[in-house]
Amino acid sequence: MERSGNETDRRLDGNAAGGLLAEAFCVEMTTAVVVCAGCGAEAVVAELLRYGHEMGAILRCAGCDTAVVRIARTGDRLWLDLRGAVNLRVSAAP
Amino acid sequence: MGGFVSRGFRSRRRPDAETAERLPPGQYLTRDFPVLSAGPTPRTSLSTWDFSVVGALPEPRRWTWDEFQALPTETVTKDIHCVTKWSKFDTVWEGVSLDTLLAGVETDATHLVAFCDGGYTTNLPLAEVTGGRAWVAFTFDGAPLAPEHGGPARLLVPHLYFWKSAKWVRGLELVERDRPGFWETLGYHNHADPWREQRYQGD
Ligand SMILES: [Zn+2]
Repeated sequence: MERSGNETDRRLDGNAAGGLLAEAFCVEMTTAVVVCAGCGAEAVVAELLRYGHEMGAILRCAGCDTAVVRIARTGDRLWLDLRGAVNLRVSAAP
Repeated sequence: MGGFVSRGFRSRRRPDAETAERLPPGQYLTRDFPVLSAGPTPRTSLSTWDFSVVGALPEPRRWTWDEFQALPTETVTKDIHCVTKWSKFDTVWEGVSLDTLLAGVETDATHLVAFCDGGYTTNLPLAEVTGGRAWVAFTFDGAPLAPEHGGPARLLVPHLYFWKSAKWVRGLELVERDRPGFWETLGYHNHADPWREQRYQGD
């Protein structure tokens, strides 16, 4: 894809979003609101149904069973998969 | 089932020499059959159950439950190893070998993705599921496979960690490019050989 000079000038790398990302990821997540990619239903994370076990936490939509949030710890890493969520919103300081 | 003597013997903390030899690194022996599920247990009626082989082959293959039961079956006794570190010895299964299900298939596929009721998937190299190394099992210990253990039918690939033995399996998609499945896209090892302790990506 061709990019205009202007666009390249305006584009920054991921570091430039570091502040917003830190704000988004360092909050209490159980009160976050997610929209299920399977059925569009909105739910507070705490209301999702937890499945899984020692391999990881699979949080499913109570309406359609879509895996909305998947988290696993593998040794010294955490893996997060949000493919089952259209979006996720948290409260932020104004 | 063993009596008091063998039970006491087997529950000793330090495994005997034969047990130690059969246990992959980092595993412990259990006599239970722990249930690990990443979702609700699906209830598929046998009248609507089918098994199919789809993807990179000229004609998809499909069997109803009755047709599947009529295929040649094998009874195998295998040790199984879960990535959560339990192993269970001498589990007895009856099922249809993948050699039978894939017999004569002309394909350029290198891998398959097993797909299941409930949406679970797992990926396997074709070369690892032929030659008497993988089955679609529908009995355990001589009885129909219980739903919590993957009934009516589950994949059985005992030489790999047990998440590859997908519960509630409904078919195999033959693919020309490997496509990591449910746990393989969440940090677990793509190949999952317990003897090489391939638990996580990077192991
Ligand atoms: Zn949903």
